[in-house]
Amino acid sequence: MAGGRRRRHHFSRIHAFTCGRASMREEHSLIGGPGFSRKVYCNDPERAMESLLSYGDNYVRTTKYTLATFIPKSLFEQFRRVANFYFLVCAVLSFFPVSPYSGVSNVVPLLVVVAATMVKEFIEDFRRKQQDIEMNNRKVKVHRGDGVFDISKWRDLKVGDVVRVEKDEFFPADLILLASNYDDAICYVETMNLDGETNLKLKQALEGSSMLQEDSNYQNFRAVITCEDPNANLYTFVGSLDLEDQQYPLAPQQLLLRDSKLRNTDFIYGVVIFTGHDTKVMQNATDPPSKRSKIEKRMDKIIYCLFVVLILISFIGSIFFGLMTDDDLENGRMKRWYLRPDNTEIYYDPNSPVVAAILHFLTALMLYGYLIPISLYVSIEIVKVLQSIFINQDVHMYYAETDKPAHARTSNLNEELGQVDTILSDKTGTLTCNSMEFIKCSIAGVAYGRGATEVERALSRRQETPFSQEFKERISESKPSIKGFNFKDERIMNGNWAKEPNANVIQNFLRLLAVCHTAIPEIDEETGKVSYEAESPDEAAFVIAARELGFEFYERTHTTISLRELDPMSGNKIERSYKLLNILEFSSARKRMSVIVRDEEGKLLLLSKGADSVMFERIAKNGREFEEYTKQHISEYADSGLRTLILAYRELNEEEYNQFNKEFTEAKNLVSADQEQIVERIIQSIEKDLILLGATAVEDKLQDGVPECIDKLAQAGIKLWVLTGDKMETAINIGFACSLLRQGMKQIIISSDTPETKSLEKMEDKSAAEVIAIACCINFDGTLLIFQAIKSSVIRQLREAKTLLTTSDENFEALALIIDGKSLTYALEDDVKDSFLELAIGCASVICCRSSPKQKALVTRLVKMRTGSTTLAIGDGANDVGMLQEADIGIGISGVEGMQAVMSSDIAIAQFRYLERLLLVHGHWCYRRISSMICYFFYKNIAFGFTLFFFELYASFSGQAAYNDWFLSLYNVFFTSLPVIALGVFDQDVSSKHCLRFPLLYQEGIQNILFSWKRIIGWALNGVVTSAIIFFFCIRTMEHQAFRKGGQVVGLEVLGATMYTCVVWVVNCQMALSISYFTYIQHIFIWGSIIFWYIFLLAYGAIDPSFSTTAYKVFIEALAPAPSFWFITLLILIASLLPYFVYASIQMRFFPMYHQMIQWIRKDGQTSDPEYCDMVRQRSIRHTTVGTTARLEASKRLEASKRLEISVHSSASKRIELSNFAASKRSEGNSEDR
Amino acid sequence: MASSSAAGAGSTDPTAARRNNTKRPKYSKFTQQELPACKPILTPRAVISAFLLVSVVFVPIGVAALIASRKVVEIVYRYESKCIPPNVTDKVAYIQSSADKTCKFSLHVEKHMKSPIYVYYQLDNFYQNHRRYVKSRSDEQLRDPGEEDSTSACKPEDTANGKAIVPCGLIAWSLFNDTYSFSRDNHNLTVNKKGISWKSDREHKFGKNVFPKNFQNSSIKGGASLNESIPLSEQEDLIVWMRTAALPTFRKLYGKIEVDLNEGDSINVTLQNKYNTYSFNGRKKLVLSTTSWLGGKNDFLGIAYLTVGGLCFFLALAFTIVYFVKPRQLGDPTYLSWNRNPGGH
Repeated sequence: MAGGRRRRHHFSRIHAFTCGRASMREEHSLIGGPGFSRKVYCNDPERAMESLLSYGDNYVRTTKYTLATFIPKSLFEQFRRVANFYFLVCAVLSFFPVSPYSGVSNVVPLLVVVAATMVKEFIEDFRRKQQDIEMNNRKVKVHRGDGVFDISKWRDLKVGDVVRVEKDEFFPADLILLASNYDDAICYVETMNLDGETNLKLKQALEGSSMLQEDSNYQNFRAVITCEDPNANLYTFVGSLDLEDQQYPLAPQQLLLRDSKLRNTDFIYGVVIFTGHDTKVMQNATDPPSKRSKIEKRMDKIIYCLFVVLILISFIGSIFFGLMTDDDLENGRMKRWYLRPDNTEIYYDPNSPVVAAILHFLTALMLYGYLIPISLYVSIEIVKVLQSIFINQDVHMYYAETDKPAHARTSNLNEELGQVDTILSDKTGTLTCNSMEFIKCSIAGVAYGRGATEVERALSRRQETPFSQEFKERISESKPSIKGFNFKDERIMNGNWAKEPNANVIQNFLRLLAVCHTAIPEIDEETGKVSYEAESPDEAAFVIAARELGFEFYERTHTTISLRELDPMSGNKIERSYKLLNILEFSSARKRMSVIVRDEEGKLLLLSKGADSVMFERIAKNGREFEEYTKQHISEYADSGLRTLILAYRELNEEEYNQFNKEFTEAKNLVSADQEQIVERIIQSIEKDLILLGATAVEDKLQDGVPECIDKLAQAGIKLWVLTGDKMETAINIGFACSLLRQGMKQIIISSDTPETKSLEKMEDKSAAEVIAIACCINFDGTLLIFQAIKSSVIRQLREAKTLLTTSDENFEALALIIDGKSLTYALEDDVKDSFLELAIGCASVICCRSSPKQKALVTRLVKMRTGSTTLAIGDGANDVGMLQEADIGIGISGVEGMQAVMSSDIAIAQFRYLERLLLVHGHWCYRRISSMICYFFYKNIAFGFTLFFFELYASFSGQAAYNDWFLSLYNVFFTSLPVIALGVFDQDVSSKHCLRFPLLYQEGIQNILFSWKRIIGWALNGVVTSAIIFFFCIRTMEHQAFRKGGQVVGLEVLGATMYTCVVWVVNCQMALSISYFTYIQHIFIWGSIIFWYIFLLAYGAIDPSFSTTAYKVFIEALAPAPSFWFITLLILIASLLPYFVYASIQMRFFPMYHQMIQWIRKDGQTSDPEYCDMVRQRSIRHTTVGTTARLEASKRLEASKRLEISVHSSASKRIELSNFAASKRSEGNSEDR
Repeated sequence: MASSSAAGAGSTDPTAARRNNTKRPKYSKFTQQELPACKPILTPRAVISAFLLVSVVFVPIGVAALIASRKVVEIVYRYESKCIPPNVTDKVAYIQSSADKTCKFSLHVEKHMKSPIYVYYQLDNFYQNHRRYVKSRSDEQLRDPGEEDSTSACKPEDTANGKAIVPCGLIAWSLFNDTYSFSRDNHNLTVNKKGISWKSDREHKFGKNVFPKNFQNSSIKGGASLNESIPLSEQEDLIVWMRTAALPTFRKLYGKIEVDLNEGDSINVTLQNKYNTYSFNGRKKLVLSTTSWLGGKNDFLGIAYLTVGGLCFFLALAFTIVYFVKPRQLGDPTYLSWNRNPGGH
């Protein structure tokens, strides 16, 4: 069909390294054996049914339950919880005579609670179901026979079907690529959904099938694929294709994975080999580790404590009950004859008091079960879901640019957000926005580029010094108009470079930028503008820079790279193309990449760019003309946080090249274990004697608001560790940029690049790359020496640093620890890690550079396990996944690096700076809400449960409940639950504005002040006191005398209803007293609960006595007309609240907690009084050691000491400074005033 | 709420972006947690006012309650040992015997007692709230003549001689059976036994056409017998008894004397001491009492009100003094003592 439009390119050689390896491997011999038994008959409708039976269709189900399994499975999940199981047992037992109450009344609340949770599960699962339906009903073109392709749903695909996938569509199943619109049957695949990598991957079909480029070709296409069984390994695949009696080996190169996307390719044909759950992506789908917050863990402990109390009081009760029962029958004489102890059931049998006591124990366990809040778990779950909705809905955490709001993926950890002690942050994409801007360069020893870097900008913002008006101008004018390009220098822009002294070097430099890369141009057909698809943002920045400076790369074929170059002579653009001969790819070990091209004049050029550490040693003696200046520039660039690369080239002669090419091709096709080393060696042989051109500096831009956010977090007492894969210099620079480091801070650098280790390494195999040396140390005894030497060196450095730590403690000097990945390997070993951690904790900021994903996770684990404090990991890339899953909370940045981090995170935000609001506002609130809520829950249940116990004291521990059965069972469900939920969802101690203005407030969470055992026990005691007041006041006021004018006395039902009324009042009013934020919702819930109790009492009392039993008309006939009932309620209400109220007012007045001080400030209207606020804000014993504030203070201290030294006081400048200070405060106050 | 939760969940869904142009959360005061709210804090002024308010309300109530309680005239006579002939050693045997247990004594009226005067009997150490006891009744049977046989809860007082007992159960079986009669100056004081029970009990819980049957016919006789010709709804002694007491010491209404008793009157009481409280060492008391608007004589409510009111007044005073003597100072570092021991360091 599209024959005319088809581009006939051979791309294979661009990716020489990856493509050339599809040889028959050993693994292929396994085919047909166990684990490799799948046989796929391609395009064979006769066998389609067979394949459907044996391999299933392409239907994918991600739901937890099916319609059939929902009820049993979700019930099972529920009753796995100890508390729920206990209630289930109680419910079952309540149908037996041991029960103190009727069975039905006890089952109802359990049913309500279980049903509520099940509804929640159902809704969640239903959403997944809808996603499944959407996914399963996507359309794809399937071969229906006779070369006709028809649209079909994904779910109907069968193994063996041939499908046609168009550009930008997702692959519906795992496919074997047969052909594409390209002649060499390649296609580009975006695997962002799988591994988070944004760069395109190249896939190529086998030659045997590459010509099947038309629908009609498939009319008679038959093939048999034998391959491995479904497995989770994304990067391996073994199989073979039998096509026309010829066998071809299949490799991952031919495998197209479900959920990846076809890009830059018009269409492909593929045959389905894995469907549905057999696909690799589905095999990989595992649930992230479920995390529980510390508060919840402590809550479990409290529940266990309550169980202990429950058992204890039941036990006491049983003993007394046993004794009393034993007493009832003495020598055949009944004591309490009215109980007929002579003729009784086993439960009350005085002849076997032990059995009676044991059975009574069961009764008591059920009766006092009200100590354990049945609705706690479900309430907390509801609250947390609502809290996450609030987090999701926060407009202040919505990032308009990418259209992403914050997204709490799990609601389990909301309160944990309020307790974070250490943040472990990735750098790239998290602190920085992973957008590279070409900002400076050094060509031929001359530095070009006047753009201001973020670091310079941050510094100038902070310093507020009048220094360089010109600098400020530069800042204001430096708004990059082109993404990735922020370069300003008229000397070389607009073609002016031709007038520079070293014009030819500049020409070569720019040409190298335009040629030496692996980017792919995309031409917008309307505007003709070229944009680039590159593997890394650096590379894109280079190509863009080259384009902007006059070397526009616009076309790439398998053999040529075409540029539009500015001709210095004519000033016109001329098209030139370079024959691409070889690409020597970039790898992290090589740290450089090169291309070998032949230009139009036939010259052979090796163009190379790479890190300074590897490039300088490859420069020829005669190529070092600008070395000195370049080095100087590089160090300047690095200081301001820029990424630098060295550009160099050399001309090759034909002979040399031919020799190289021959060896290189041979080596690539070599099948041997050390093939890679051989290739490496051959490449090294040609990448030498280079001529230095210059260096580039690319800025890794900090995200908006990062320094400010870090400052706030530091003020809140949160420690920030940066774990980055970047090199030390870059990491340090970023550290400076975000004020984690500053001048005057003592830097402890632990590095394996110390002179001694270097010399050791030199002694051994100098040529071996460092990493290899470490990796191979097991193999060679010689290098084992290095291994130990480095380790001992690391230990020594740690020891030295620690002495520094102790001495600096005295002079309050902040320390910064910077450690590189290699040293980290040793520092994380079991015998060293404790001292490492001790050092790290003592330091104000910690930066780990060059750390691998695994090391990131290990460091996170170390901090989490050893300090026991809450860790939060934040990152955006696939390399942060381990760290995110390891930390107590994983925050994913939904940035440009794909979804991998987000998918394994607990909460996703769009920008690092939202962390401030997430932690300081939402975290603090959620922590406070959940902890208050749990405390309150225990309070209310203890207050209720103990009245039951006290009553038993007066009922000879017989297990008679003081209240009507339904009062009992509805206590937790109706009369007290909604206010608690309102507390958990809406309560605010201070407004979000104040949370942010007084970051120190966050310490309440870190130090766990609101959920300390002291506080929990305090609430429990308050509950006991309340219940004691309620019970004893009730029985004393309603003794044996008449309780109303009619002379009627108090019966069990009257006492019960009165006491219950008191409990409902007290518990709800206690809530009203302890919350500090009343919206109409709180009013409705609190007062509504009380009113509802009366309504219930009325309604229930009006029902036929056979159902309402003791509650029949108790309110309308007995209670309501009796003034004493109302007076007793009032008395008990006030008396029960009095202890708490007195405590709270004394505490508020004399020992206010931090949030209460802020409340004072707000109340007193002193938010506009800067000194007042400042006093509160600064009243921290903890020293803020990092962040811009600390930096400012440090610089002030420094200045002060300097001034002291010179002993010159410029009063004028001081006045200015003071007035500035006051002004800034005033403005702060004003903004608050609003 | 519903819409917000849908939007919140929608953000997971890649298709949501296509459907709506933006995922920007909708601004509302509710979702941004900025609802207008009252944020009370315990300022000294609020605390002092609260204490004062409580004391202002409580003290008068306490005084009124105390006055009401003091106005009630109560005559309590404990008789369980006085009504046993002094020569009897085995009280239980005595009380179970069929001997004449009439007991006479006189009560002195110390203060004018305005009618109605309520007559109570007070038992002690009697666990009417025992679980076995409380459950041992059949409400169906009491209400409905057709439900005569629903006696499953009544064991062992469910059947006698193979027939269901009406009313069944331990409560009915142990019905109090001491009787009192009163005379003043040789004139009988009639004790009105009507209207001593709850109206709802008479009308809805005890059937008008349910008659006692087979009652007190089992091997051991419990308490009182019932007149089989009177329906349960009119057996008010039973109805009162069957409202089980909450505490082991309780009074039950026996009847009402509907004439005033004057100061100095001497009331002669003739008492049939039949009820066995001796096996469990229970005391028995006869109580004559008037009532006030708050009920019977009990000072506790008044005292408690006065105590709480007084305490609040004292606290208000104390807070006021502190307020004036030592005004609150913000920024006093001692307030921040919690921050001294930074955790994790």
